[in-house]
Amino acid sequence: MADKVFIALQNNADAQPIIEAILADNPEAVPQESPGMVKIDCPWRLVVRRESIEARIGREFDLQELHVHLISLGGNLDEDDDQFTLAWTR
Amino acid sequence: MAKKLGLKERYALMTRGLDWEPSYQPLDKLFPYDSYEGIVIKDWDAWADPFRLTMDAYWKYQAEKERKLYAILDAFQQNNGQLNLSDARYLSAVKLWLQGVTPLEYAAHRGFAHAGRAFRGAGARIACQMQSIDELRHAQTQLHAFSHYNKFFSGFHNFAHMRDRAWYLSIPKSFFEDAMTAGPFEFVTSISFAFEYVLTNLLFMPFVSGAAYNGDMATTTFGFSAQSDESRHMTLGLEVVKFMLEQHEDNVPIVQAWLDKWFWRGYRLLGLVGTMMDYMLPKKVMSWQEAWGIYWEENGVALFHDLARYGIRLPKHHEVAAKEKNRLTHEMWTVLYQYGNALGLHTWVPNDEELDWMSEKYGELFTSMYRPRLLHLRELEQRGERFFNNRLPMVCQVCQIPVFYTEPDDPHVQCVRIVEAAGTKHHCCSDGCADIFNREPMKYVQALIPPQQIYRGEAGGARDIFEYGAWLHLERDVDTGEYRGSPDQRHWQAWQQQHKATPADAA
Repeated sequence: MADKVFIALQNNADAQPIIEAILADNPEAVPQESPGMVKIDCPWRLVVRRESIEARIGREFDLQELHVHLISLGGNLDEDDDQFTLAWTR
Repeated sequence: MAKKLGLKERYALMTRGLDWEPSYQPLDKLFPYDSYEGIVIKDWDAWADPFRLTMDAYWKYQAEKERKLYAILDAFQQNNGQLNLSDARYLSAVKLWLQGVTPLEYAAHRGFAHAGRAFRGAGARIACQMQSIDELRHAQTQLHAFSHYNKFFSGFHNFAHMRDRAWYLSIPKSFFEDAMTAGPFEFVTSISFAFEYVLTNLLFMPFVSGAAYNGDMATTTFGFSAQSDESRHMTLGLEVVKFMLEQHEDNVPIVQAWLDKWFWRGYRLLGLVGTMMDYMLPKKVMSWQEAWGIYWEENGVALFHDLARYGIRLPKHHEVAAKEKNRLTHEMWTVLYQYGNALGLHTWVPNDEELDWMSEKYGELFTSMYRPRLLHLRELEQRGERFFNNRLPMVCQVCQIPVFYTEPDDPHVQCVRIVEAAGTKHHCCSDGCADIFNREPMKYVQALIPPQQIYRGEAGGARDIFEYGAWLHLERDVDTGEYRGSPDQRHWQAWQQQHKATPADAA
């Protein structure tokens, strides 16, 4: 069975384009809603791309703005200016 | 104009780039605590914070989180948000949080300030500094959020006093004091990794989501705001563990022993959180058993698979946690219920709808064992003989939880382990706690065990449970005891009627 990484975000209006971008960029990602939050699971690896978020919100986005909406995560993290990656070693 | 620096360059400049080589004193004298645990570090520069957060960005985003949080707390208070809770029983969970968890946040603030001072690597020092400030923020925002409830409900009035005196609060307190009296590497492994990465998702995700479902906007907001800091702490925890494992193979058995110990201590502490979820949330999001399945058996185990490449295996006794998951909270609630005269929160027998939910979630074992017991307690209460133990329990020398859990392979037999050190016998609740004791017996023989101290007259000379309650500043049958008939319940019912009244009804 594939080990899953996850990211959980507050389910508020600001986080919607981020959630949409994640689901579009990671076809295997599965969102799970519970009151107040969305947890997105994905086998092995999940990428949050700055450009995908910017395309949805129509302004520049600093990936560190994620901190304001982030609830939790699981996986080895690597972050640079363009993407935020969570992964388990296969 | 010069090109803006990338995240990786900024991080390097703003962390290691700000550090310097001391010239007056050798490093070993400046950082005397980062070697005695036996952890070998060859290259501190190999440390990297994967978030690459620098102090300037830290202040910016934390300020934004605070602005959002306090706007919501203001709205909650100004609009009498307490009236929109699902039920006043819910507040027992919040009381336990205030009395048990909030002081841990403050302890974590102190612990990380100390650990941050102890490491000679600048990256690790800065990550600890941020976590130390975060933890202080969590303690403060929780106190602000809960202070509103103190205007309307009992049990919120004296948490700091209770933290020092209440027998059941020694469960969380002893957890943190154990960590804070360890060395800096063990401290960070215990709190950032074992507790935060592996276990706190269970408190801050399903429980806080439950708070949202039960109408507690204040707790939901600080809870998620705090957990966004926790994702940074977890990342620090995973980083410190990988760093130790990568630096030297001799570190592997030391780290494994810490993971074994702190998984078990954290799991034991979470028995209280599971009970908050299953029993104190009037509207349920998921059961403890389901949450354990998602957050430990899926997410936690995935993390350990990842660490297998370093020679790390799953923590010892994880299989015991799996065997206990369908009974942990039911056994814990029975204890809280019977010792209710010495608690700063209310307890009760769940209603029929809740019992049905538990039968559905927990199946045969609940229906055949715990449901009849709860129904028996209800019958006693209805006869006017509400059951209180009115004594104090024997508690585990390590986790300080009453020795009431059952044998992993037999839920009909109480699990007790007797350990010995320095010519004295001590009791443990499980093989997990007995292993922890036996690894460092001279540490745990020093633990003060509340019931023993109370019976020795160290609790203000209290001679019975009611005098002891008064010494905690708990008013009998107001702050303590049964929920049904309590002032909290009477007020709640009156306010709900008033709240629902419309001018037309009033006419």
